[in-house]
Amino acid sequence: MASHFESPLREPLINGNKTYKDITRDIVAPTTGKIQPKWAFWTAISAAFAGLFVFCIVWEVIFGIGTWGANKTVGWAWDITNFVWWIGIGHAGTLISAILLLFRQKWRTGVNRAAEAMTIFAVVCAGQFPIFHMGRVWDAFFIFPYPNTRGPLWVNFTSPLLWDVFAISTYFTVSLLFWYTGLVPDFATMRDQSKTPGRWKFYNFLSFGWIGTAKHWERWESLSLILAGLSTPLVLSVHTIVSFDFATSVVPGWHTTIMPPYFVAGAVFSGFAMVLTLMIVARHIMNLQDYITLAHIESMNKIMLLTGTIVGIAYLTELFVAWYSGSIYESYAFANRASGPYWWAYWSMMFCNLVSPQVFWFRKLRRNIAVTFFMSILINIGMWFERFVIIVISLHRDYLPSSWLYYSPTWVEIGIFVGTGGLFMTLFLMFCRFFPAIAIAEVKSILKVSGDQYRQKQLDEVSSMEVYKETTVTKGAWD
Amino acid sequence: MSDTKKYLVGIFDDDDVLLHAVKDIRKSGYEITDAYTPFPVHGLEHALGLEPTRIHAAGFIFGATGFTVALSMITFINLFNYPTDFGGKPYWGLLAYVPITFEHTVLFSAIGMTVSFYYLCKLWPGKTPKIIDERTTDHLFALTFELDSTKDANYVNTVSELLKKEGAIEVYQKEV
Repeated sequence: MASHFESPLREPLINGNKTYKDITRDIVAPTTGKIQPKWAFWTAISAAFAGLFVFCIVWEVIFGIGTWGANKTVGWAWDITNFVWWIGIGHAGTLISAILLLFRQKWRTGVNRAAEAMTIFAVVCAGQFPIFHMGRVWDAFFIFPYPNTRGPLWVNFTSPLLWDVFAISTYFTVSLLFWYTGLVPDFATMRDQSKTPGRWKFYNFLSFGWIGTAKHWERWESLSLILAGLSTPLVLSVHTIVSFDFATSVVPGWHTTIMPPYFVAGAVFSGFAMVLTLMIVARHIMNLQDYITLAHIESMNKIMLLTGTIVGIAYLTELFVAWYSGSIYESYAFANRASGPYWWAYWSMMFCNLVSPQVFWFRKLRRNIAVTFFMSILINIGMWFERFVIIVISLHRDYLPSSWLYYSPTWVEIGIFVGTGGLFMTLFLMFCRFFPAIAIAEVKSILKVSGDQYRQKQLDEVSSMEVYKETTVTKGAWD
Repeated sequence: MSDTKKYLVGIFDDDDVLLHAVKDIRKSGYEITDAYTPFPVHGLEHALGLEPTRIHAAGFIFGATGFTVALSMITFINLFNYPTDFGGKPYWGLLAYVPITFEHTVLFSAIGMTVSFYYLCKLWPGKTPKIIDERTTDHLFALTFELDSTKDANYVNTVSELLKKEGAIEVYQKEV
């Protein structure tokens, strides 16, 4: 469906001369047939780590926050570091589906489904940290404004911590609605491909009885577009509000106006890194190389280069402002980051986030899968260190030198963090097995614009034109 | 099922052919009951003469509701129900209410619009759908013509001929 013209010189986004039928078969294939031993093995390992999460959480609830290394000086410690890290990872999915939808970036169709799933699972993991950081978790519902018998004593609507409650619960809900509404037509496709009545019932239940009439598609497209329009400011607001947790405080190193844009860029940066880590593995295991092509990987690497550099500029700006402000506390906070007891965390962050993404200036490296995979891991680590630097280094030497200390986590904190990784991977592996990992209908809708055979036909047409007689547009001009 | 209807179904295997066929068939004066496609075909709703959807209006109304609810709740709580002095700051500080009001606007709008969507499309978990042809969620496209008591054999023949002329790969009748 050539709804708009795109230069034939652009790289195709679907390779392998696919038809509509092939697209259905290829994407439904990984969800059918016998369970692969490889999948079962990794799911079991992930589930074991998810079990570790449950164990450590139960331990913490029974014996209290004292089982953590967090204390009065470093109150937020690993817990909030992990929270911000996970919530940052949960930004790529909605960015890909919402912002790239508004910008009409067709490459998003290959990766949006899995990225949105990843977003939702990352937000699930992120949510655990502030909830259990409360200590008396059975009172967690106190964070919601409801009429109560204590006055009624309401929550503080001017506190960024409460804004966070609203931002994250809204973000989770809207992402879930957006993701599920996109899934409904694809569940119908899976229903109609199913060979057993049990499977038919299962996918029909999930598809809400979708049949794909013209009116339904019209409403569906309108809904998707407006949800994208709503999600775009939403995704920017969520990490902005997370950054307010720091920026509105009076802690040196936190109290800076650069925080919101710097956090948002960092969130996109880490989110794309996680998408790449997962998709590079998933496309191999599920044989989806024709749909998640080098063009997709290159596009994501370009976004990582951009956002990584924005983050890097923010680091340098912070340093400059700390010096230029003339405030001794501010200057000390930054000198302490670079040369204090946690210098290794600061320089790991600088190397992973500012220096290493610069390799993506080179097209060869952007299109190299091994390099991209390695870089995505490095960036995930670097972005974790960024939050560690902001939280732990700023807090461990506060205004009162008698309470200075060197914070290290206990096994409970490490167990909870590693455990959320297990929880995340368990959910993602289940998603890959039971859900369509690529948006079937959306990929079909770009086939006639971005499929390789249609691109080639366009190229042939162009090269046979009289005006281009002198020029040679050869096969595979996009390589 | 008691309320089954009979349809004449034309199956197409290409969206561009389908779009062309819809335009020609409507020009010839025959009314198309519905079209079934595996993905959103742009321009099909115009070709079928469907009214533009007003679901975005629902989004605006729900969003405005969320905005009002959030701001009036906070105002009521902080000014009348339990005014609290937070470090000498004003009881009512609009700037500090921006984040929650914004989030609430988005939340109400998104939930309201999604619920409206499923309500209008009459879709719900566990619904038993009336499937015309199960290949229409895969790679084929269908046009249906309802055959009620006013439609005679002559109508069926002319429409079938027209569908075939327009590039339908199959034409058949089905009761669902």
